[in-house]
Amino acid sequence: MSVTSALALRRGRGRLHWTDLASYAYLLFGVVLMFGPVLWLTLSSFKTQAALLEFPPSLLPTSQREISVPGFDKPLPQFNVTMDDGSTRVLAQARRIGLQAQMIDPAEPTRIIRVALDKRIPLRETAFAWSNYTEPLKQFDFMRYLGNSVFVTVVATLITLLINSMAAYALSIYEFPGRNATMLGIIGTLMIPITIILVPVYLVVTWLGLVNNLWAVILPGAATPTGVFLLRQYMLTLPRDLIEAARMDKASEWQIYARIVLPLSLPALAVLAIFSVMWRWNEFLWPLAVLSKSESYTLQIGLNAFQGELQTQWNYLLAMTVITLLPITVVFMFLQRFIVAGIANTGVK
Amino acid sequence: MAHLALQSVTKSFGSLQIIHGIDLEVGDREFVVFVGPSGCGKSTLLRLIAGLEQPTSGDIVMDGRNVTHVPASDRGLAMVFQSYALYPHMSVYKNMAFGLENAGLPRAEIDQRVTRAASMLRLDDYLDRKPKALYGGQRQRVAIGRAIVRDPKIFLFDEPLSNLDAELRVAMRKELAGLHAEIGGTMIYVTHDQVEAMTLASRIVVLRSGRIEQLGSPLELYNRPDNLFVATFIGSPKMNVIPAEVIAADAGGTRLGFGAGNTLMLDSLVGPLVVGDAMSIGIRPEHCEVVRDGPADCEAVIDLAEQLGGETYLYCSTPGLAQLTVREAGQQMKTRGDRVRLGFPRDRLHLFDAQGRALRHGHEAARPS
Repeated sequence: MSVTSALALRRGRGRLHWTDLASYAYLLFGVVLMFGPVLWLTLSSFKTQAALLEFPPSLLPTSQREISVPGFDKPLPQFNVTMDDGSTRVLAQARRIGLQAQMIDPAEPTRIIRVALDKRIPLRETAFAWSNYTEPLKQFDFMRYLGNSVFVTVVATLITLLINSMAAYALSIYEFPGRNATMLGIIGTLMIPITIILVPVYLVVTWLGLVNNLWAVILPGAATPTGVFLLRQYMLTLPRDLIEAARMDKASEWQIYARIVLPLSLPALAVLAIFSVMWRWNEFLWPLAVLSKSESYTLQIGLNAFQGELQTQWNYLLAMTVITLLPITVVFMFLQRFIVAGIANTGVK
Repeated sequence: MAHLALQSVTKSFGSLQIIHGIDLEVGDREFVVFVGPSGCGKSTLLRLIAGLEQPTSGDIVMDGRNVTHVPASDRGLAMVFQSYALYPHMSVYKNMAFGLENAGLPRAEIDQRVTRAASMLRLDDYLDRKPKALYGGQRQRVAIGRAIVRDPKIFLFDEPLSNLDAELRVAMRKELAGLHAEIGGTMIYVTHDQVEAMTLASRIVVLRSGRIEQLGSPLELYNRPDNLFVATFIGSPKMNVIPAEVIAADAGGTRLGFGAGNTLMLDSLVGPLVVGDAMSIGIRPEHCEVVRDGPADCEAVIDLAEQLGGETYLYCSTPGLAQLTVREAGQQMKTRGDRVRLGFPRDRLHLFDAQGRALRHGHEAARPS
């Protein structure tokens, strides 16, 4: 179905029913709710620091129009000025003295016109502050942080997939006493928030000498109960005959795991991969705790550096946030169909 | 060479005992069929042999070696599952080669074996396909091919034809029989379909509630069932069972009474029967005779006549008896309501005591064994 025909869908074949209107209104509300903040973030990331702090805020990034005037080194800001006779003119401001501004007409730069401050309105134009993007990429060690984030995300996801699938294999394919109790125990750990175990895990990491090492970010979260649960539920739906056929075919447990169960669990693995990528990419609290040297920062921690105690460089922070969102959006775009198919397939048959 | 022996094998799941002490020997190149109603433990027994389940007690001996605790992968057996259990992500070729790769055979050998099995099973054109692109009969052949390439000591089949439609089932049955004749392996086959058992087996094991009811060649079971269960299970349509009572037993013979005042005279004394004993008379539909003139054993009214062209089935009711099924050869112009006189040839009669055990009688000596 094409997008246009999908957008024109109606309840009945005839006229627009009120439920159609209600549905579209509801869906539109959802779109605004979901995409509003993203749009606001993206537009704001192109504003200058001054424009960001302006009140009332504007949706589009705007800035004051400037003009180069002979005899002045810098470009001068332009204003709409209401003259004494009631006419309006566009003038450039040379300097401000008290409640008066010295304005000049760019056409005759030698004549100075004195104007009261309340008689002039800044002339605005839409302008994208690309420097928000270019400046931090120069000053801020963006490539290093990106590299760290990519390393953590990729390696952690691979490790997560590997050990979670092995745990799920043991908990779904083998029958042993206490299997369900073990599973319950694993699920139970979901109830312990990271904040509770932050200090003890930090102590362990210190003891292992991993502080400021990216492995300290990767290892503690590698085994996720959610992942084990997701994969196990999926593996439980694999026909037992297949496993037994493989046993009859002289396959070792490793071979059954690697050549039968893993390939057949691909939809569930894809779902877990997407989740893991999102978790790891966006992870903040734990990396903040264990990474204190800037060369080991991940992107999220790097972004935090824009937020000082006294001043926050919102324009840079927003621009870098947009950049940080991009990879995850791309990953999601390509893999989202697996999420739908995979989640539909996990759980009970 | 493969010789298999089960020695007092039992299997319980929790407190539920499924297999009650089975003793069985399967010789080389035999085609043994386990048959029985659902829940009789036949599949469990096969899985015990395969090594997919561990017996609760007893031993499984293969070629003189006790394999009771040997894992399935090391027993050198191959199994064809009811669901085929083809690996859905592998091509037909890969499915067949998987077991050989695990066994560490060289590439060339694997290729040769798979190609040979594929041509034997007419799968040459499908080697690159995934199982989902095959229809039922082809999937079944791939499952069999996967067993053949392994060159196993024993082939195990777990109801392999039950997922196929009737026509295909008959065709595959013939192929299986041909295959056994061709490769001559030892085969153990589980089915609930007695026709499959009769047509394929060199020996049938009839199971009920985890016990062997009778063991023998198909015709042995047909001609001399040990008990009422085997008698009614083997043969289609099933044997008529007529409850009867011993009226007289003396030197002149045994007289049995059944239904509303019908009697049946046997020339000889039957085993331990005494006057007043309750027992059952069994007669297969194909052995009942419609008597046109001369003495008959009972009279009946036709409830339903099924004309199959080559044969006619009459479902008849007699006062005091359950419905009797009679098979007549050819096309018999009889309809509902017609009266027929039925005769039971003495040499075709099966007699069972009150416990359902077969009673041997003089007339059956005339039957082939």
